[in-house]
Amino acid sequence: MTTSPTDPGTPTPEVPEELRNNVAITPLAKLLDPIYNWSRRNSLWPLGFGLACCAIEMICAASSRYDFARFGMEVFRATPRQADVMIISGTVTKKMVPTIVRLYNQMAEPRYVISMGACASGGGPFKEGYSVVDGIDKFLPVDVYIPGCPPTPQALLNGMIAMQEKIDNQSIASAPWYRKGDPTAEVVPVPVLGPDLVDVRQLDVIKEEAAKVEAEVETAVNA
Amino acid sequence: MTESILNTPQAGSAAGIYENPVDEAIAILKERYPGAVADDPRDNYSGLVVNAGSIVEVAQALRDDLGFNYLSSVTGVDLIEDNKLEVVYHAYSIEKGGSAVVLHVQVDRDDPVVPSLVPIFPGANFQEREAWDMMGIRFDGHPDLRRILTWDEFHGHPLRKDWHEPFYEADHKPFGSRWPGGSVRRAEEHNPFGKNVQYPPGWVPTGEEYEVETNMYEGVTVSREATPGLKTDKVIVNMGPQHPSTHGVFRMVVTLDGETIVGLKPVMGYLHRNHEKIGERNTFIQNIPYTDRLDYISSMSNNHGYVLAVEKLMGAEVTERAEWIRILMVELTRIVNHLWALGFLLNDLGAMQTPMLYFYIERELILDFFEAAAGSRMMCNYMRFGGVAYDLPDDVRGQPTMQFLHDLIYDRIPKALEQGDGLMTGNEILRNRSIGVGYLSPEDAIAYSTAGPVLRASGIPYDVRRAEPYSYYEHLDFDVAVRYNGDIYDRFRIRMDEMRQSLRIIEQVLPHLKATEGQPVVGSKPQYALRMPANGEAYGRVENPKGELGYYVTAKRRSSNPERYHVRAPSFINLTALEKMTVGHKVADSVAILGSIDIVLGEVDR
Ligand code: SF4
Repeated sequence: MTTSPTDPGTPTPEVPEELRNNVAITPLAKLLDPIYNWSRRNSLWPLGFGLACCAIEMICAASSRYDFARFGMEVFRATPRQADVMIISGTVTKKMVPTIVRLYNQMAEPRYVISMGACASGGGPFKEGYSVVDGIDKFLPVDVYIPGCPPTPQALLNGMIAMQEKIDNQSIASAPWYRKGDPTAEVVPVPVLGPDLVDVRQLDVIKEEAAKVEAEVETAVNA
Repeated sequence: MTESILNTPQAGSAAGIYENPVDEAIAILKERYPGAVADDPRDNYSGLVVNAGSIVEVAQALRDDLGFNYLSSVTGVDLIEDNKLEVVYHAYSIEKGGSAVVLHVQVDRDDPVVPSLVPIFPGANFQEREAWDMMGIRFDGHPDLRRILTWDEFHGHPLRKDWHEPFYEADHKPFGSRWPGGSVRRAEEHNPFGKNVQYPPGWVPTGEEYEVETNMYEGVTVSREATPGLKTDKVIVNMGPQHPSTHGVFRMVVTLDGETIVGLKPVMGYLHRNHEKIGERNTFIQNIPYTDRLDYISSMSNNHGYVLAVEKLMGAEVTERAEWIRILMVELTRIVNHLWALGFLLNDLGAMQTPMLYFYIERELILDFFEAAAGSRMMCNYMRFGGVAYDLPDDVRGQPTMQFLHDLIYDRIPKALEQGDGLMTGNEILRNRSIGVGYLSPEDAIAYSTAGPVLRASGIPYDVRRAEPYSYYEHLDFDVAVRYNGDIYDRFRIRMDEMRQSLRIIEQVLPHLKATEGQPVVGSKPQYALRMPANGEAYGRVENPKGELGYYVTAKRRSSNPERYHVRAPSFINLTALEKMTVGHKVADSVAILGSIDIVLGEVDR
């Protein structure tokens, strides 16, 4: 009797000499993980929606010259229920972000977000404007950022491969989406549009700021 | 009709006082409405100043009696120093061609009310809504004056000069924080909310904020009348902003009776990126890369319109070689755009991906050429005031450039078009789905201010390259493509025709490129620290693949930033006619009709 290399407490059965070529003993997770990850990494189905200029390069990456079907990613789904990865391909505006968050909430776990291009990652050339969200990561957890304006199709491919590598390193044993209280399954509260975009997680800060202004007005009046 | 346009004397070349239709119209208007209209007194401003009260009368006369029947653009301007707001109208004559009659209406900044021109020019509809949204100018008598690019509860009118965005630093670039010391600050760190938002002072959320899902429908008439004898309701179906057929983040709210469309309201603004506000902060040259991102499929021709406008203002000469390169680039852009427009249209008609992939190869070849010339496939940022940024590259994809272009123009693209024609033009499914669908009459096409292939497919041979030639188009031999049925099928075929005409133009340009080799590609005027020599306004317009793209730019003497910078976006204005085209058709057709207009959301929403 030897003990398992990963878990010294569990005894591993002895394999008879003549079967050694055919039988290998590994922990279950170690056996399943590669299969599980292999199947997921090679069928990353993106949600088919384009936001802006970057979407054009995304379509190019899906077409014959760059062809990301080679990596199992070509099946653009029109509904979030069937999609694994959301490619934020362009400028996220304040008017659009409630819809994007709602779409994200409708995707089934495990779900991933790729932020394609300068705009999605941080507002890009339009950051200084009044109606643009300065980065989708203000609302959604992003897995891979791809720089560029627009990123070339090659850059997008590179980003998708980085996404695959990330998946390779995941393990069923620790995957959050099969556990209770999974943080990735949390519903992101949908922002609302008031006089400006309102992130409902920030209501307290907004009220504080309003109170500050009021106090200022009062001191001004008293003085 | 083509003939009459070709023979029209152009503005500026007129010898006699009334040989120029614009001067004639202005003289007649002044005579007929003394007291209500007057010459614009400002330096380098053209056209008339009209009393707000008389604008409807004047516009009517302009359309009915003087033949200026095409209202191209409506622009709001903030004249903060005079405490006034101004609306600028550009009206053209479809029959006579030539330049615009420009009308300026000025109103008090605190109570800006202008009578709406929608009853006379329905094409003003969305543009007036835009001016209301951005500037806060109220248009009396407008049928549906709601915000269009922002949302109903938005705080303030962002293009007013005294309205500041959350990450505001200074009125004009270069910002002090980046130059000369170069200590860049992160805007988020200076904002109490850590993101790009601001609220009116003291504003507290009530929980009854704008609900995108429901409030949007308020502008749509929910009709519940039943058909006699049958209990039926009309239903409202929402398509978009995330919908595979809306070509981006566009939204249509469709009212249906059974499967037939009885009403359609486009909802836009989902890609509103503050193009104009940023444009007024930028220096002149900084705007060129931003124009790339308007109609992001045709960046080269967007550059062209803008540099034309600024060149008019600064009085720059373009070198000969640069003009030929520009024409080469914009005509290639037209081909790039139409190849994909047709691919998308066929996609919408059910030919999933196939035509697109067939056309894709030639498109990629052209993009490779753009990349070799400008450094980027899509966002070329290639034109400069007085020329272009770089000369043509020595070689493209391992081939000498001229050889590459020659192969492309004489061999690859004609073959691709041939193949496309063979696969699609006679295709029965395509014909059945598109002939007679989405009809737009020639009168409506003009009234709704549609432009480009949409206008020409309805039988109006109006093309800016002929009507008011810019660059060297005057010297080039080509036909204005025109078709007469005004349906989806003709809008498909006209794009095929236009690509062939573009090839014809490029064939004429190639020898000039050879002949001018080695000559300068940009004039000698300074580009970077450009200061305007004088006050003035300029309107630069080009025939973009989508239609007439116009830039209205005003500037002050010695300033290095545009005072007002407005884009007349063809995709945006062509959408005004969408409801007209779709009503009466089945809901599935609305998708194809939208595809036949060929919109790009970057330009619709700016
Ligand atoms: S990153 Fe550049 S190309 Fe992409 S959406 Fe933004 S502006 Fe367009």
